[in-house]
Amino acid sequence: MRRLVAVVGLALWLPLVSFAVDFETEVRPILAKSCFGCHSATLASAGLRLDSRAEALRAITPGKSDGSKLIQRIIGAGSEKRMPLGNKPLSDDQIATLRKWVDEGAPWPADMSAKKHWAYVKPTRPALPSVHNGTWARNPLDRFILVHLEKEGLHPSVEASKETLIRRASIDLIGLPPTLKEIDGFIADARPDAYERVVDRLLASPHFGERWARPWLDLARYADTNGLEKDRRRSIWKYRDWVIGALNKDMPFDQFTIEQIAGDMLPNPTNDQLIATGFNRNTMFNEEGGVDKDEAFWENLVDRVGTTSTVWLGSTIGCAQCHNHKFDPFSQKEFYQMMAFFNNGEKLVEDYGDTSQKYLEPQLDLPTSEQELERSKLQAEIKRIEQGIKTADLSREQVQWERSIQAARASWKTLIPVSASAKNGAVLTVNKDGSILASGPNANAETYVIEAKLTVPGITGFRLEALPDASLPRGGPGRDVYGNFFIKSFQVEGMRIRDAVSDDGPVRFAKPADQLWGVDASRDDARLPRQLVFLSREPFDVLDDRSVRIEIRQESEFGGQSLGRFRLSFTTDSDPAAVAAISAKLRPLLEKPQRTAAESKQLADYYRGRATSLKADRDHLKDLRKEVEELGIASTLILRERTSFERPSTELRIRGQFLSKGETVFAAVPAVFNPLPESELPNRLGLARWMVNKDNPLSARVAVNRIWEQYFGHGLVDTSEDFGTQGERPSHPELLDWLAVEFMDKGWSMKAIHRLIATSATYRQASQTTPELLDKDPYNRLLAHGPRFRMEGEMIRDVALASSGLLSLKMFGPSVFPPQPEGVWDMPYSDDKWTPSQGEDKYRRALYTFIRRTSPYPSMLTFDGTSRESCTVRRIRTDTPLQALTTLNDPAFFEAAQALARRVVAEAGPDQRARAIDAFRLTTGRVPKASEIDRLLSGLEKERGYFEAHPTEAKRVGIDANMAAWTMLANALLNLDETITKE
Amino acid sequence: MANDNLKRLTRRHFFQQSGAFGLGAAALASVLNQNVFGADGLHHPAKAKSVIFLFQAGGPSQLDLFDFKPKLNEFDGQAISDDIVKGERFAFIKGTPKLLGTPHHFRKFGQSGAELSNLLPHLSTIVDDVTFLKSVSTTQFNHAPAQIFMNTGHQIPGRPSMGSWLSYGIGSENKDLPAFVVLLSGKNQPDGGKSCWSSGFLPTTHQGVEFRRQGDPVLFLSNPEGVAAETRRRSLDLMGDLNRTHLSEMGDPEIATRIASYELAYRMQTSVPELADLSKEPAHIHEMYGTEPGKSSFANNCLLARRLVERGVRFVQLFHRGWDTHGNAGTEDIVNKLSMLCHDTDRAAAALVKDLKQRGLLDDTIVVWGGEFGRTPMNEARSGSKFLGRDHHPRAFTMWMAGGGFKPGTTVGATDELGYNVALDPVSVYDLHATMLHQMGIDHTRLTYRSQGRDFRLTDVHGEVIHKLLA
Repeated sequence: MRRLVAVVGLALWLPLVSFAVDFETEVRPILAKSCFGCHSATLASAGLRLDSRAEALRAITPGKSDGSKLIQRIIGAGSEKRMPLGNKPLSDDQIATLRKWVDEGAPWPADMSAKKHWAYVKPTRPALPSVHNGTWARNPLDRFILVHLEKEGLHPSVEASKETLIRRASIDLIGLPPTLKEIDGFIADARPDAYERVVDRLLASPHFGERWARPWLDLARYADTNGLEKDRRRSIWKYRDWVIGALNKDMPFDQFTIEQIAGDMLPNPTNDQLIATGFNRNTMFNEEGGVDKDEAFWENLVDRVGTTSTVWLGSTIGCAQCHNHKFDPFSQKEFYQMMAFFNNGEKLVEDYGDTSQKYLEPQLDLPTSEQELERSKLQAEIKRIEQGIKTADLSREQVQWERSIQAARASWKTLIPVSASAKNGAVLTVNKDGSILASGPNANAETYVIEAKLTVPGITGFRLEALPDASLPRGGPGRDVYGNFFIKSFQVEGMRIRDAVSDDGPVRFAKPADQLWGVDASRDDARLPRQLVFLSREPFDVLDDRSVRIEIRQESEFGGQSLGRFRLSFTTDSDPAAVAAISAKLRPLLEKPQRTAAESKQLADYYRGRATSLKADRDHLKDLRKEVEELGIASTLILRERTSFERPSTELRIRGQFLSKGETVFAAVPAVFNPLPESELPNRLGLARWMVNKDNPLSARVAVNRIWEQYFGHGLVDTSEDFGTQGERPSHPELLDWLAVEFMDKGWSMKAIHRLIATSATYRQASQTTPELLDKDPYNRLLAHGPRFRMEGEMIRDVALASSGLLSLKMFGPSVFPPQPEGVWDMPYSDDKWTPSQGEDKYRRALYTFIRRTSPYPSMLTFDGTSRESCTVRRIRTDTPLQALTTLNDPAFFEAAQALARRVVAEAGPDQRARAIDAFRLTTGRVPKASEIDRLLSGLEKERGYFEAHPTEAKRVGIDANMAAWTMLANALLNLDETITKE
Repeated sequence: MANDNLKRLTRRHFFQQSGAFGLGAAALASVLNQNVFGADGLHHPAKAKSVIFLFQAGGPSQLDLFDFKPKLNEFDGQAISDDIVKGERFAFIKGTPKLLGTPHHFRKFGQSGAELSNLLPHLSTIVDDVTFLKSVSTTQFNHAPAQIFMNTGHQIPGRPSMGSWLSYGIGSENKDLPAFVVLLSGKNQPDGGKSCWSSGFLPTTHQGVEFRRQGDPVLFLSNPEGVAAETRRRSLDLMGDLNRTHLSEMGDPEIATRIASYELAYRMQTSVPELADLSKEPAHIHEMYGTEPGKSSFANNCLLARRLVERGVRFVQLFHRGWDTHGNAGTEDIVNKLSMLCHDTDRAAAALVKDLKQRGLLDDTIVVWGGEFGRTPMNEARSGSKFLGRDHHPRAFTMWMAGGGFKPGTTVGATDELGYNVALDPVSVYDLHATMLHQMGIDHTRLTYRSQGRDFRLTDVHGEVIHKLLA
């Protein structure tokens, strides 16, 4: 299975030539993985150790694999159980390797522990290899490539055409295709350094930072929401912009590192340095109701350790969360020592009200100076008004208010029913006080019909009171198990109802939600008489002697939620709503002659919140708060270290489980690496500086490897996320070291490395391949030809928009919402809507698209984009029909086809041929061959003929048959393999 | 360039990297002549070919549906003993909670005498085809992590889901349809979001393909307005010609793969709408499921699930959201809300089992019903709420299976007399995964993928096949 898996998922670079088995690279990993668990110093199961030659010789007879116990046991010979016990057997390849090694005499380094895994040894600058075809090399890195090619008897490919080169370099360096003018200019430029000039122009472009921010943002797991269940929005786009800016100004990688890991701990940190610490704030944040706040925060720390180790050390230290690392030299304790570095930041406890609490880490507000000025003015005003509301003397007003409610109550007359019946079986009984009590069957849908005479002239309002009754469930006014009710509608014959008001506020009468009215009376203190007042459009009466019909309709999806006891009344008062001017809970206080101090205060506070005299102030306050909101002050998430003199610490967790606390451990770096220098404090800043200390064996290698990977499709170390013993060995170890040392020696300049790669002869090769080459080196790890692979999703979108002329080159700012199909955002606890951006924000580069972690932008996801929930070092490239459907039919891509059609028709003159050439060049970057032009034109003619015969379809696709035909041609061109591929 | 060698390589390349849905590792193994699996392409003979997982998101209340506890009714309203809940973490319960008996009525059904509540009248008619598992526990007590755990074997997003593992391991039987399809109903997506059907570190080809509730069943399946099928065909022919010309120039097998993907996309444009169209199903089937063509519902999704497995789709994952019955409101309780959820789901879930059986598909199909955790034997009474509801309970809950070689008419496992802890035959989420994979012919310890320096599997380092569940 193992071998198979490697083939399916990842490129497997098969060694082509057979050499003697190397203990360190071939044997030791097998032993480490499958044997050391039981047979090393710690356990020495059955008294056998395989981690020292002297001990291992008990099971190995050098030169004789057949006679070696080790081999017998791993193949399962004899009656003893096959090793490794309880695990899957070694693969045939692994067994063959061990056999060969034993047959070769089982050579073993004198002191195994003395020889570290290559990646933990600091790189030194290797000598440049001597090669036969030295003139081919344009810079030192080419020699390292060439020496391997020559060893394999291969030759480099010719240089790619100028058209291919400028497109390749543009895609790689700025993520956008070259314009036709740029292509023409380059072709016309006969200077020997014309290509280098192109590279320098691209390196200086502001779009360089945008293109290279993308892989970094995958590492940083940058997103615009918190992730997990609630997945609410967060504001941290300033961090994204910081990355773009830092890359554009070629911030040295050491500074780039320090500011992101510990910018807050630098002396007098600038806002930019604080923003940079957003790197570690990009962790998810679980806001789900019942979360344990300490555990949620701890999960963040786990992520920070894992991500930091992956990004800078290419190490899977995260694997040591639960137990010592199985293969690499990291103990579980060291995992928690790393965690301690991150466990000393400021955090506040935030109460969420629903009995749960969360930790909030710091946020940085970033107002412009005008915003700052405006905000302080507004806040002063807000404070003044709040104070005014708080201190206004309302005692006389309140007395009047209380009287007016009392007066209003007196104006209501109880309706005495002539009859009361129910349509669906309930039994209604009229009590002496005019109230009506339901009993008997309790259907899901029930309508009460009350008949009564309304002989009073000029009725202005009707009132429905819901009354508690001991005969109802829980003594409530309703009939469901909790004593609650819901009514769906209420009608009085002859009355045109304008609106309805309950004593708990207005009811949505005109546009009722599911139910018109219902109350929660399940608690003892909430089982109160309630009223709902219906306001008539105009005074009405039914003066003749007939009875008027009143219908109360009830229907509940839950069933049996009808009114239990209720009473109807009416008024002729000009302000029927006045009776409902106080809440049901406080109403009894009005009648109380002697109120306690607490009761008086309760009533006074209630009145202060609704006093007519303060309405203007309340409205003003609302406006002012809105104004503060509308200032749109940017904010971002940052880290801020606690001021403390203690060494940062945390508790080890046994088996990696949050609830199993172990010993307290203090911040320290893993022992296999260079130690933290004496001059550094063991805190986050010390850690950051240690990462980019020149003695660190990994950070430079890991960083240059990732850059290489973007250009060539595979890193020199193919497993760019894992440089440990389980990762792939580098294809060109000397080149990796040379680049790493060069990187550090050139002051950690990332652009210097880009320039080296982009101007190398290796990179400039044509990307044609041959069956022989494919057979020998299917994944082009030897680089006998130039790179050729499908672009990432972001580039595919940007190239389509750029080719068609729609692309906006506006940089920076809050994330944008290009059109997305309805229903993609479908979140459990949010009615947050994807409101499409207007104007040029519809056509911004993909980098600026809003990323919701639980629902990323669909076309990016289809093209292997990640949800940014966790750190992603490399995206695995797939090719699926869903991708084809996206670029063919996604309205965003079809709009690009329509725009491209308009563009060539408008810009390339009337000649069909010229238009076809332009369209082809705009998408692929090259002039089509004659046969290709013919095919394009014959396709176009066919389409035109079809659309002429189908004018309705033509109108939908383009404006007329001609434009529709061009649109289909553009759609096809935007979908060509060549268009979406960097060639 | 039409050289045999290139053809061979192209073919291999296609199988490795492309999204030909039909191909998992097993198919690949046969292409590469590697005997990774046994002769029939698996670790051992499979009992089942497909899985339909009826995921009930939110945590259905086992105590009001499946696991009747007379003691709980007897002690209704009394405080639970401190010994039981000391040191326990609940999502919302504070202080010492009170036990809550069920307001519903239980009765025994069928030959097997399975005891079910009156809320499940339809399931009660098929109990003899069902295996009830009353002793599942999980490690997570909040929705998102628990759902992600149940679907991917790990509580933090980023691991491949069950369906992705099966897609990766054995692919689809139908090369024109995805191996792994996701169908949503109820309000919104599950709390765990798209992580519940993510392919994690596996290639995105193995991600669950969400059949949408509005618009195209598969995103961007329809041609843009005004583009007829024949127009699309001509346009694909044009692309194909240009791509082939370029292939002969560049020799890159990736181009051949791309051509094949576009052709597959074209075939999907016909096969998917045909599949998703329920209107041609006969009236008695609609009656049986309670389906209404054109509407988004759990019932429609159940019928669609049957149509998918009929066509060879490997894993159909349904999500029905809303089972979170805390009792913090009258609409979120175990009286009203739970009844409504059962009304919306019981008939269709039972119909699916019956329908698969009458078509002879049940033997080949594992139907699984369950949520991310269960609910507490205590009333939650959040902030003093008087509505009846239960908090999240990871320690013991019920799931059921039918078909696919599971033992029909059986109950496995039991809880203690209050339903608090598992008392008999504990089963972990890993065990459940191991058992499902086992029925599909896969040894869960041997379906692995190398990522970030180690071999990962669905069951991590855990999991035992629960043979008691199997026929």
